[in-house]
Amino acid sequence: MKPYLSIEQLTQRFPDGSGGQLTVFENATFGVEKGEFVVILGHSGCGKSTIMNILAGLADPTSGSVIMDGQEVKGPSLDRGVVFQNYSLLPWLTTLKNVTFGVRARHPEWTKAQIDEHATKFLAMVGLEGDVIHRKPSQLSGGMRQRVSIARAFANHPKLLLLDEPFGALDALTRGTIQDELLKIWGQMEQTVFMITHDIDEAILLADRILLMTNGPHARVAESVEITIPRPRSRTEIVEHPNYYAIRNHLVQFLGKRSKELAGQPATPGQPNAPETVRIDTTQTNDDPADTRPALKAVNS
Amino acid sequence: MYQLSLNLRAALLSVIMLVVGLLIWEAAIPAQQAAGELTEYELLTGGGAPKAGVPPPSQVIAKAWEQLSDPFYDAGPNDKGIGIQIGYSIYRVLTGYFLAALIAIPFGFLIGMSQVAYKAFNPFIQVLRPISPLAWMPLALFIIGDSEASAIFVIFICSIWPMLINTAFGVAAVREDWINVARTHELGPIRTAFSVILPAAAPTIVTGMRISIGIAWLVIVAAEMLVGGTGIGYYVWNEWNNLDLTSVVFSILMIGVVGMLLDAMFGLLQRRVTYAE
Ligand SMILES: Nc1ncnc2c1ncn2[C@@H]1O[C@H](COP(=O)(O)OP(=O)(O)OP(=O)(O)O)[C@@H](O)[C@H]1O
Ligand SMILES: [Mg+2]
Repeated sequence: MKPYLSIEQLTQRFPDGSGGQLTVFENATFGVEKGEFVVILGHSGCGKSTIMNILAGLADPTSGSVIMDGQEVKGPSLDRGVVFQNYSLLPWLTTLKNVTFGVRARHPEWTKAQIDEHATKFLAMVGLEGDVIHRKPSQLSGGMRQRVSIARAFANHPKLLLLDEPFGALDALTRGTIQDELLKIWGQMEQTVFMITHDIDEAILLADRILLMTNGPHARVAESVEITIPRPRSRTEIVEHPNYYAIRNHLVQFLGKRSKELAGQPATPGQPNAPETVRIDTTQTNDDPADTRPALKAVNS
Repeated sequence: MYQLSLNLRAALLSVIMLVVGLLIWEAAIPAQQAAGELTEYELLTGGGAPKAGVPPPSQVIAKAWEQLSDPFYDAGPNDKGIGIQIGYSIYRVLTGYFLAALIAIPFGFLIGMSQVAYKAFNPFIQVLRPISPLAWMPLALFIIGDSEASAIFVIFICSIWPMLINTAFGVAAVREDWINVARTHELGPIRTAFSVILPAAAPTIVTGMRISIGIAWLVIVAAEMLVGGTGIGYYVWNEWNNLDLTSVVFSILMIGVVGMLLDAMFGLLQRRVTYAE
C-alpha cells in the first residue's frame, strides 16, 4: 500500500556552470501519510527547497516522480498550497484581498460576499481582525505578513500544505505565537503538512516525523525520526518529556556530525534511496510502575 | 509657539520668490531703455526699436488677461485665440500618444514575457530610440503627405519608446515569486497577465507613460513650428515673426503650464498604481 504522498526515485541535477552536472539528490524515495505533519531538516544548500518546488509542481525533477493520492504530480495545483519562505504576498492588494485572491481561484462560483466572509474567517483564525485586514502588506509586521500567507494557504483547504521555512525571518517571540497558531489550525483541519526548517526545536514541537537530509551534493534523506511525544504539545511542556532530549541529541548529532560523514555517496544505480526509520522512545524501557504517563503510540500507524 | 506647516511655508516662499523675481524683471526693463546708450549689437540690428524689446511682466500679465478672457476667438487662419491653438496641440499630442500606447503597451508586454523576444528586439529599439523625432519629419511628410498626420506621426514615434521599454522591462522584472503565486492558484495566462503581471509592472509602465507624455509635449512645439498652420508651436513662431514678444513670452508660459498639467495627471495615476513592498 502506497503512502498518501509518495516520492519515488526522485533525482535532480543542475548544470554546475562549468560544463558538468551537479547532482543535488539522487533516487530520493520517501512517503508522507494523510494528515501527517512531516518536517525536513538539513543544512543550507542540501536541496530542501528543490524538493519542495518539485512537490508543489513548480519545478520538474530530472527523473523520478511524485504521486499524491494515486495521481502523478504534474505542474502546480490548488490541491497543493504553498507558503513561500518570503511570504509572497501581492503588495498592491490589501490583506483581505490577498486572501480572497486565493479563495476566488478555488471557488470561482462563489459570490463576492461568500468569498469575503470565508477569507475574513481564516484571517480571524490566525488572529488578524478588524482594520488590519484592510491594510497593505507593507503596513504589516513580518509576523503578520506570515500569518496572512498562512491564512491564504489554509483558506483553500489544500490536500497538502507545503511550508518553506515559514518562520525563518521572524523573531523568537512571534515565531512561538505563530507556531502555536499553526498547530491549532492543523489540529482542527487534519491537513497533511510538509515543512522545511532550520530550527531543531521548532521541528520537534511541530512534527510527527522529521526527515534528516545529509549535506549535498548527492544529498540523501538519510533518516526518518519519529517524534514520540504525545500531542497536544506545548513549548514549555515538551522539554520535560523524557524523550525530548534523547530526540534532540540525536538530531543535533546528525546535523553536527553525521550529515557530513554520510554526505557525497553516489546512490547505487536504480536502487531507491529510502530513509532509515528511527524511533527513540525512552518511556518504553521505563518499568517504573508509578509512572502514569499516557502510553505512547507510534504516530504513523 | 505657532508653527506653520511645511507646505504652507514652502508656498509662502514660492510666492515671495515669484514677486521678487517679477519686480526685478519689471525694474530691469525700463532701466535698459532709459539708459539711452545703445549697445553695439543694438546699433547693428537697427537701434533698439522699442517695439521688439523684451516686455516687462506687467505687459505680459495684461496680455495674459486679454488672451485668457477670450481664449477661443477665431478671426481667420493667423489670428486664433490661445485656447484654440493649445487645443490643436493637445489634440495632436493625445492622438499620437494614445496610438503609441495602444501599440507599445501590449507589444512591450509580449516582449517582456519572453527572454528571446526581449533580446531579439533590443538592438532595434536601441538604434531607433535615440533618433530625434524631428528627424523623421521629412520622411513622414514624404510618405504620409499630409502635414497634420505627419505631426501626429512624429508624436507617435517619440512617445512609443519610453512606453515600450518600460513596459517590457517592468514585465520582465516581475518577481518570480508572484508568478509562482499565480501558478499555485492555477490561474490561466490571461488571468495571470491581468491580475498579477499588470499590477506588478504598473508603476514601471506608468513611469514610461509619464516620460512619454513629457517628451511628446516638448516635441509638439518644435513639430508645429515646422509644419505650421495651427497649434501652440506655430503660434509662438508666428508671434515671433510679428515681433510681438509679449505674446511670445505669454505663450512660453502657457506651454509650461499645460506641460505641468499633463505631467500632474500622470503623476496622479502613478500614485494610484504604486505599491510599497
Ligand atoms: N535553478 C538552479 N540551477 C542550478 N543550481 C541550482 C538551482 N536551484 C538550486 N540549485 C542548487 O541546488 C542545491 C540545493 O538548493 P536548494 O535551494 O534546494 O537548497 P536548500 O536546502 O533549500 O538550502 P537553504 O536551506 O539554504 O534554503 C544548491 O547547491 C543550489 O546551488
Ligand atoms: Mg531553501
